[in-house]
Amino acid sequence: MKKLSLVMVFLLFAAATYAGGYRVSTQGQRALAMGHSGVAVVNSAELAFFNPAGLVFLENKLNISAGVTGVISNVKYQNEMRGAFAETDSSLGTPFYLYASYSISEKLALGLSIYTPYGSSVEWPTDWSGSHLINNIDLQAIYIQPLVSYKITDNLSVGGGPIFVTGSVNFNRNINRTLTNEEGDRSNVEIDASGVTSFGWSASAMFSPIDSLRIGVHYRSEIILEAEDGDATFSNVPNSPLAPVSNGTVAFDAELPMPAELTIGASYEFDKWLFAFDYNRTFWGVYDSLDIDFAPDEIPDSINPRNYKDSSTYRFGVQYKALDKLALRLGYYYDESPVQSGYFAPETPRNDSQGYTGGFSFDITPKIAIDASFVYLRFEEVKESYDHYQENGQEVSFGGTYKSNAFLPGLGVTFKL
Amino acid sequence: MMKNYIKYMAVLALGLVACEPEFDNSVEDNEGFYDNGEADFGNYVALGNSLTAGYADGALFIQGQENSYPNILAQQFSHVGGGDFRQPLMNDNLGGFLVNGTQQASTRLILEVGSSGSPAPTPIPGTPTTEIGNTLSGSFNNMGVPGAKSFHLGFQGYGNIAGLQNGAANPYFVRFRSSEQASVIGDAVAQNPTFFSLWIGNNDVLSYAVSGGTGVNQTGNPNPLTYGSNDITDPQVFAQTYSTMVQALTSEGANGVLINIPSVTSTPYFNTVPNNALELDASQAANLTAYFGAVSQVLTGVLISQGVPQQQAAALASQYAITFNEGTNRFIIDVPVTETNPLGFRQMTENELIQLQIDQSALLNGYGSVVITPEVEQVLATLMQGGTPTPEEVGILFSAVSGLDDVDVLDNTEISEIETATTAFNTTIQNVAEANGLAMVDANAILNQVANGGISYDGGVITAEFATGGAFSLDGIHLTPRGNAVIANEIIKQLNETYNATIPVVNIGDYNGSPSIGSGSAQ
Repeated sequence: MKKLSLVMVFLLFAAATYAGGYRVSTQGQRALAMGHSGVAVVNSAELAFFNPAGLVFLENKLNISAGVTGVISNVKYQNEMRGAFAETDSSLGTPFYLYASYSISEKLALGLSIYTPYGSSVEWPTDWSGSHLINNIDLQAIYIQPLVSYKITDNLSVGGGPIFVTGSVNFNRNINRTLTNEEGDRSNVEIDASGVTSFGWSASAMFSPIDSLRIGVHYRSEIILEAEDGDATFSNVPNSPLAPVSNGTVAFDAELPMPAELTIGASYEFDKWLFAFDYNRTFWGVYDSLDIDFAPDEIPDSINPRNYKDSSTYRFGVQYKALDKLALRLGYYYDESPVQSGYFAPETPRNDSQGYTGGFSFDITPKIAIDASFVYLRFEEVKESYDHYQENGQEVSFGGTYKSNAFLPGLGVTFKL
Repeated sequence: MMKNYIKYMAVLALGLVACEPEFDNSVEDNEGFYDNGEADFGNYVALGNSLTAGYADGALFIQGQENSYPNILAQQFSHVGGGDFRQPLMNDNLGGFLVNGTQQASTRLILEVGSSGSPAPTPIPGTPTTEIGNTLSGSFNNMGVPGAKSFHLGFQGYGNIAGLQNGAANPYFVRFRSSEQASVIGDAVAQNPTFFSLWIGNNDVLSYAVSGGTGVNQTGNPNPLTYGSNDITDPQVFAQTYSTMVQALTSEGANGVLINIPSVTSTPYFNTVPNNALELDASQAANLTAYFGAVSQVLTGVLISQGVPQQQAAALASQYAITFNEGTNRFIIDVPVTETNPLGFRQMTENELIQLQIDQSALLNGYGSVVITPEVEQVLATLMQGGTPTPEEVGILFSAVSGLDDVDVLDNTEISEIETATTAFNTTIQNVAEANGLAMVDANAILNQVANGGISYDGGVITAEFATGGAFSLDGIHLTPRGNAVIANEIIKQLNETYNATIPVVNIGDYNGSPSIGSGSAQ
């Protein structure tokens, strides 16, 4: 067990995106196998993420769920008119989670959750044809949240708690489409900020009108990560007073929103079957523009309009208790992209996607279960462009055809005492 | 147990990395996008001069070569069966070269803020590391040789280092010729090209133009061995050389594209310093007008004293009574002394051109008008008081005129010689293209459009403005990467038309059109 957590901490340093925007939906293998639906499912400590109000309904005194998902995402780009093509380096991202709840009394449970709901890792070939927009990005946000879950009546509970976020971002792009140093190496800027912290909260409720039916609602607040005094490093800039900037590191300020999310859903239990449905509304509208304010006044701010829109995700899952020790799961979700046409930046090249999920839990002992899940995420081929890059005061479009997919094998463990 | 699961997961993950998304029709695998049509781009050889070599900013260097239009073309040809494209890359990004360890050509130009505070082209600091004598091995697809004229391509021994001294050889060809006796065309044909491009003939007029027309117009002289380096090639020689070369290149059935000669007078080299850059305030203008009035008046007297009838003398001298106005005025140029122009100078006329490299500081000190010394002022004062100047004083007065030298100027006659030759060359090129069923690119029309109104692209407009226009590099003649991309796209367009091919064009905005900067000097 100790070894596993060590491995997970190790892997934590590479998160990857695969959901709309830079949201990551891998917050529990049991839910993930059911299309990542779980706001109304009482099953394990995964409730700490999906609906803390449900924690109080868990039968055991102590519940722990932990897991890690391997995210293998690929994006290909091509421009038929130019004959240009590129694909991202398919590195392995490993978002993780750790949830625990402890039942204080029949009416009160406390919990703790550590999870990574936002993150992104995209690496294009350096100096590719969209390098003035991005070479690579690595964005991580780790949420740490103490929880309380309280049963108001036998069929109604509430829960929630404050969220502490620590995040980091590393982003590299070329300064423009053509500038090089004396040797022809493209001039670029890398911004780096880590240990960026912020706070938020989440609150939820769960209601069972009849025994077999549960209804859940969960709201997680918006959290703006404000990077102050990060490092912006300019490299390969030609050494000249006529160059737009000089080589070296300057400070920068920037902010990146982790948007609020509202989830409502229901689950219905019938014999050995459990059906679940979740609806997520992610309030991406807050992500209007990525503005990087470089400390020296002579370096112009980098204004990158994003103009995201609020988006919805529809999640469906089913569980079948095949054996006493074995639960099988299947799911599907439809994930609407928050990216609007003309704002398709290759840093988050995401159009609408469909997730096909499956998995199982196997009880090794009455106390320990292994949870496995697998997701195949399918994106339609899309012709899109980012039309808001500025050159000489003129908007220059960068576009082409994008095609993405992602595979997410995940493994977790559930422990109850 | 847990360990095994993790191992299993890692193996699974690695397996999935291979499951890449697939486009319905992939550009990378050319699934139905591009077609070579009737041409075979398998082995492309580019022939030409500096423009083909990728020469820019007054030098040949690696970055310029990588942005040469043949190299841009070759990258696009890779979608239609094109093979490797080898270029005889220089040794560095400084440009310039050494012959036996001695520097013989200057490094490339960068825009540098000098002591004056305003940006000016300056050679990038550093010593070239390209030794001409280190001949590269193997054959090269880009056979552009900076400085080559049409007839040079057929010269045997054009790459023999021993011929450098007397100008029978070219240092750039020394670097990559197959043998000492090789000719450019011979080395090209030996590669059995399936496709070629030929852009030659520019230097057959350009060297004359850059010399300010100090060379000889050799029209009518059929023997190029007797030509000086700054001469205009006889159009007959050009026609014969050109068709012989194309014959050699097409003898095995190769397809190709011929590119014609742009008008050298539409380059920034001849259009950056205007002929009316003589800026005067009211009193300066009045003084100059008075000076030339005095010259005219004194000359009238001198002519009369030599027995010329008064009316005739006044008429002849009146050409020197040049009026200057507050604001911009045309410069004075030196011309040969003739009976009709006994003092040998005149004011420039509307279409005459000044070279980019004229000494700008000299212009500020009277070069192109008059250098008024105290002695001259004294003569003028004498005249004002109605005195008669001595012959010595007349000499002082007349010699104060500092007309622009022939080398700095293209006058009307020279311009018309250049135009006539260019037109003749371009007629030949078009005829040869038609006779051989080859594609032809009207670079003359394209660069005229650049110079007159410009060509728009996704980030603005490309013009012929010096340094900032985007088309021409800091030497004012050779193209920037962006200018090369414009040419490459036009070639692709013509190839698609001539050979029913569908070769993708490049995005011009991805190629640099800004002036080269960055010297490594302290900021």
